[in-house]
Amino acid sequence: MHIDRYERMWITLAGVLLIVFAVMLGFSSAVLGVRLPGLSDQLLPTTAAGPHDINQGWVRELAPGRYEVNMRARVWNFNPTEIRVPVGSTVTFYIHSEDIIHGFKIQDTTVSMMIIPGQVAKATYTFTKPGEYLFVCHEYCGAGHHFMSGRVIVEAL
Amino acid sequence: MAATMTRVVARGDAYIPPESERKLSLAFIAVGFAHLLVGVLLGLLQGLEHAGIDLYAYVPLIRHYYQGLSIHGVFNVLVFTTCFIGGFLMFVVGRGLERPLETAGLAWATFWLMAVGIVMVDYTLFTNQASVLFTSYAPLQAHPLYYLGLALVVVGTWLMLVITLRTTLAWRRENPGKKLPLIAFAANATLIMWTLASVGIAIEFVGFLIPWSLGWLPGVDPLLTRTLFWLTGHPIVYFWLLPAYISWYFMLPKQAGGKLFSESLARLAFLLFIPLSLPVGFHHQYLDPGVSEGYKAIHAFLTFAVFMPSAMTAFTVLASLEIGGRARGGKGLLGWVTRLPWNDPAVAAQLLAMVLFALGGVSGLINASYNMNLVVHNTLFVPGHFHLTVGSAVALTFMGVSYWLVPYLSGKKLFSPGLAKWQPWLWFVGMLIMSRGMSWMGILGAPRRTALGSAPYFMADWTMPAWMTAIGGLCLTISGIFFFITLFGTLLSKEKATEPQQVPLAEPVEDNGDKLPGWLDRFTPWVTATVIIVLITYGPSIVRMAGEYTVFPGLRPY
Ligand code: HEM
Ligand SMILES: [Cu+2]
Ligand SMILES: [Cu+2]
Repeated sequence: MHIDRYERMWITLAGVLLIVFAVMLGFSSAVLGVRLPGLSDQLLPTTAAGPHDINQGWVRELAPGRYEVNMRARVWNFNPTEIRVPVGSTVTFYIHSEDIIHGFKIQDTTVSMMIIPGQVAKATYTFTKPGEYLFVCHEYCGAGHHFMSGRVIVEAL
Repeated sequence: MAATMTRVVARGDAYIPPESERKLSLAFIAVGFAHLLVGVLLGLLQGLEHAGIDLYAYVPLIRHYYQGLSIHGVFNVLVFTTCFIGGFLMFVVGRGLERPLETAGLAWATFWLMAVGIVMVDYTLFTNQASVLFTSYAPLQAHPLYYLGLALVVVGTWLMLVITLRTTLAWRRENPGKKLPLIAFAANATLIMWTLASVGIAIEFVGFLIPWSLGWLPGVDPLLTRTLFWLTGHPIVYFWLLPAYISWYFMLPKQAGGKLFSESLARLAFLLFIPLSLPVGFHHQYLDPGVSEGYKAIHAFLTFAVFMPSAMTAFTVLASLEIGGRARGGKGLLGWVTRLPWNDPAVAAQLLAMVLFALGGVSGLINASYNMNLVVHNTLFVPGHFHLTVGSAVALTFMGVSYWLVPYLSGKKLFSPGLAKWQPWLWFVGMLIMSRGMSWMGILGAPRRTALGSAPYFMADWTMPAWMTAIGGLCLTISGIFFFITLFGTLLSKEKATEPQQVPLAEPVEDNGDKLPGWLDRFTPWVTATVIIVLITYGPSIVRMAGEYTVFPGLRPY
């Protein structure tokens, strides 16, 4: 099989570039600590209303500057819709859906995930700047999808 | 009429498919473009909505943004693409093998089966009983006829593979020892890849969604069904793209006066798509809980791998066109580009489609890198990407092909060559503006699939890109209307072609007939490899999800 010299060079170049991209991607996970949602806790419908009443949204302080948010999504709202934490807090979000697929994206952060019924989506973020952070549902969930939003209010100390 | 039709076409070309096959291809193409027409008009409404101009109240049948968007997505990327591809590939197989299809009767049965399916889909969409968007994620639920209709369309594509394989085997018996003609080879590769790919959606629809929507199952698992969807949902983009590649590799160079630069690499590219298209679906699920990070990384790397055959395509196609440009007197490093026959709309449309596709490839690499995906996932950046790929590389190429194929198949004269000349350029400019607007808005955090014009959280800095989306969309719609006037005008006109039309088929630079290694003319090893790779990359995840099967009842909040 004959391959033209320039074509061989081009293919090699493309291959090398893609390998470089892949290595950079690996670097972002291994060194920079970029994390994706992974295997999650299972949420069985029967336990949904169980002892902890997971359907009740809550924000709780685990230690100074460390918060945990339990959030419930359903058509077309989040509970809680407003979360207040002091600046510098590291917040872990646990979100589940009661009905259909929703999304959760906090503007100006790297928090973005799908909320799939049956799974608990988890993300952690440290809010270093005070201000209001809008979060929206970014997966279509019916006629009122564009109303589904809320805010994280990061308060200056 | 039939007799004259045959005669006009017959002059100057070797083999002409029988009239019934030509009509079949025309029927597929007409149904496809009729749906794209509706889709394009709804696209305009979407663009305007984002700029705050909500026209849905004035449009009959369409109740809200999401019903319109469901129609836009399903019509444009499921109905239009599949129908055009059906018509085109059936023609390509017959013309490539220079023999009648096995059999035209079965091909017509396929057409009618798909037509029935499409009517079911149309009905449920227009009556707002299937506003679930083309991804059809459960537990969002649609009317059973919607799922059934789509399933019939998929079955139709399988029948196309049956027809293609039977025709190919008959050809092999008649031509022992010969290698498959290029375009027929590529058509086979496309349908084989797609049939393997469609197994995911087939299991999803037949095993879960259809019985569930009929009430026979109390609920379905959202993660498992969604995973099955994306098992098919990524390779489907190559089902759209490969027919465009057939034109770029094997037809366009001839229209530009060139030759196919490398036959063996062209074959290799098509073959590579069979195993590489499938094991990448998790790149649509990077942000899904319940899918392991390790498998996401594997799919990310394989996504880079499936970029390779497209990179090869870029070289071979450009080199083939360069031969044409130089033969037409082009000089210097880039002088040949200006000598390409840009005033032929069939050529201009495809060349511009390639330019847009290059941009789409770059934004695709961004989506595929899961670290950047965290920022752009489900934002308008994503439609900004795929309007360059399926919305341009594929759709504009199919329009360009239609400029010669429809006159060829119908024996009619092109209705409005003046409009056709402007059409590709308007599409190009409109798409640059719209896609730039969408990508920008996406980077600013605007979610996709959202009636942003009515969203209480619409941000001030989205205004400018939203207007770009609307204005680019308007330009695209005008382009679309020029195309549809030309297309349907040609189909409905009574004016016969005066000049004989030919099928442009590029010859390879060097016909290395016997030197071609056997593995470049056979599919079985590639199919086997595909099955093994898919079992490795998907098997464990699917088994685990099936083990954790959790049911959720359907909901229709639209
Ligand atoms: C006049 C031309 C077009 C215009 C103005 C247009 C406009 C739009 C807009 C504004 C959206 C974004 C909706 C959103 O996410 O909220 C969209 C989505 C989409 N468009 Fe287009 N479009 C056009 C042509 C096409 C073509 C030719 C194709 C493919 C062949 C296409 C395929 C899609 C798909 C698949 C979606 C996503 C639907 C979904 O999210 O479910 N569009 N279009
Ligand atoms: Cu939503
Ligand atoms: Cu994909």
